[in-house]
Amino acid sequence: MSQDNRRLHWAKTSRLTYWVLAIWVAFAFVIPWFAKDLDAGSFLGFPLGYYMIVQGSLIVFVLLIVGQNLLQDRIDEECGLSDE
Amino acid sequence: MSEQSQGTRFVDRLGKVYGIYTLGFLGFFALMAIVEQLGAGAQLIGILFLLFTIAIYATIGWLSRTMQVDAYYVAGREVPSFYNGMATAADWMSGASFVALAGGIYFGGYPYLGFVVGWTGGYVLVNALMAPYLRKFGCYTVPDFIGTRYGGNLARFCAVVILVVASFTYVTAQINATGTIAARALAIPFEVGVWFGLLGILLCSMLGGMRGVTWTQVAQYIVLIIAYLVPVIWMSNAQGFGIIPHFTYGDAALRIQELEAEYGLVAAAEAVAGLKVLTTAHFDPQGGLDSWKFVTLAFCMMAGTASLPHILMRYFTTPSVRQARKSVGWSLFFIFLLYFTAPALATLTKLQLLDPNLATAVVGKAIDDVANLEWVQNWTAVGMLSVVDQNGDGLVQLNEFFMRPDIVVLATPEIAGLPYVISGLVAAGGMAAAMSTADGLLLAIANALSHDLYYKIIDPKADTRRRLVVARVLLVVIGALAALIASLQLTGILGAVAWAFCFACSGLFFPLVLGIWWKRANRAGAIAGMIAGFVAGTVYLVHVYNGGDQLWAIDHLRFGMIGMPVSLVAMVVVSLITEAPDAEMQAMVDETRVPTGKSILAETH
Repeated sequence: MSQDNRRLHWAKTSRLTYWVLAIWVAFAFVIPWFAKDLDAGSFLGFPLGYYMIVQGSLIVFVLLIVGQNLLQDRIDEECGLSDE
Repeated sequence: MSEQSQGTRFVDRLGKVYGIYTLGFLGFFALMAIVEQLGAGAQLIGILFLLFTIAIYATIGWLSRTMQVDAYYVAGREVPSFYNGMATAADWMSGASFVALAGGIYFGGYPYLGFVVGWTGGYVLVNALMAPYLRKFGCYTVPDFIGTRYGGNLARFCAVVILVVASFTYVTAQINATGTIAARALAIPFEVGVWFGLLGILLCSMLGGMRGVTWTQVAQYIVLIIAYLVPVIWMSNAQGFGIIPHFTYGDAALRIQELEAEYGLVAAAEAVAGLKVLTTAHFDPQGGLDSWKFVTLAFCMMAGTASLPHILMRYFTTPSVRQARKSVGWSLFFIFLLYFTAPALATLTKLQLLDPNLATAVVGKAIDDVANLEWVQNWTAVGMLSVVDQNGDGLVQLNEFFMRPDIVVLATPEIAGLPYVISGLVAAGGMAAAMSTADGLLLAIANALSHDLYYKIIDPKADTRRRLVVARVLLVVIGALAALIASLQLTGILGAVAWAFCFACSGLFFPLVLGIWWKRANRAGAIAGMIAGFVAGTVYLVHVYNGGDQLWAIDHLRFGMIGMPVSLVAMVVVSLITEAPDAEMQAMVDETRVPTGKSILAETH
């Protein structure tokens, strides 16, 4: 468990985290902000803006966490720092 | 189950135990359906549902009793991610989520949906910024992290104060909810219902601490999710809205918009105290200020999620860092199941009341017919519903149908004409939701006071027995205090909940995040951040709540938008003008970021 290894691990972990946060901002704030405009579109018979707020963003949040965890597991293993 | 060997044996058999439990609960449900067919009334069924489920929780609480410190504080760190996900979901989904969320959506429209996005999106922050690192740290409580990371009793003490204020605000709302449900189901006065609810809560948590609460919360999640989903799906099938309504209620939402345009959304001619008529469109975002209000509310709720100690402490109970992360994923999945159902419930219930083409409609019907409906009579009798012909035309208008928003979920089965057994199920679910959250909150408060204030600051020499006795005494005292305040009914269920999130994020969000993500953050900075953020937020809350001018349209539900920036600036500025943390502290932060190796704090401390 060298220092370089740890530095690499944290660099990769931070980069992943920033990406996750960027996607989070898009679905938590940007899309609800423009709900009025999105309502012009439609999805599964819902107005699109409404759909995203009551369901779409929520599904993205779940997938985002699962995705982050899979990638983080891979980073941990690559750097030999997995705790399982 | 003996004290020593119970841990591993029980944990290995979780699937079997909870599988049997779930089947047993469904069996009880079937039995109640039969009892109803035999002629039992709604009252008896409601009582049986509540007493049966509470008896089970109490049994689990009794079986989980412990005198070991790590079992009491962190359930022995042996909770697998799947079950921790369920326990967190129950911990999280409060009486507000279960009882009041759908009602809020029903009456609140687009602005209110900020809660739905906020209370789910927050878990992205929990996972990305907090949970794995706090688990690696190995703390017992959130102030334990603050106190160790920044060093010193003052930092620890500040965190304890914020934790107590935020959690206490929240727990009164939960006990309020248990009181509402018990009052309705058992036909007892609200003030008595509150104490009845507290008794159930203490039975789960007092003997087993975190271990007892964990295993009862898993049981409570199973009850609450069944109780939420079954009525919605049943109603949807009975009323012809589709087998699983979640993906098909778009038409219903559009139809409501048509009807709203037809009826017009006008305020009632004469208000009825405590009750509301529908005046907000189902979904009609205006952009601009409306959007700003939405995202500020969502942001406060998300940052609050990531700072509320009763949630964060659930992630201290997993066996590993990876399991902690995984359990955040499970948590949000289990929470999602309820949160994507609530808008469907709100929409379909509203349509049933509004659409004259449906048999269940009340709007546009003759006032005498509506007043004779059994469910209308039941809820009118307890003062939670009122139909008044204010314009004297003999018909019920949209603005003549008054309801307390909290009752939408509880009344839906009756509105749709489902059997009583469903109402009993819903009451049990609401009780499970409120009790499980109250348990987590009371434990968070009592643990912070007993571990951080009493053991770490006041009497570091106290032995295990004494520590655990103090923890339990505090639990009872705080519970009684919360019940006393709840019985005074100061705010609605939701107002107080939003405040708890804002208190937590104002004071704790940045000290927690930067403690992990910014090595330069030091003790003086953290203390400044906690005090400045918390005080600024609180002062603003008092100012706005008493009718003061709002800054940037931030109202009392969003005062975290004031507290958080103040906290961030104070923390960064003070950290930078004071000395950097020493090498030892910086090494500790590095160690926190690595998933492997020993936790920072010893296994038992």
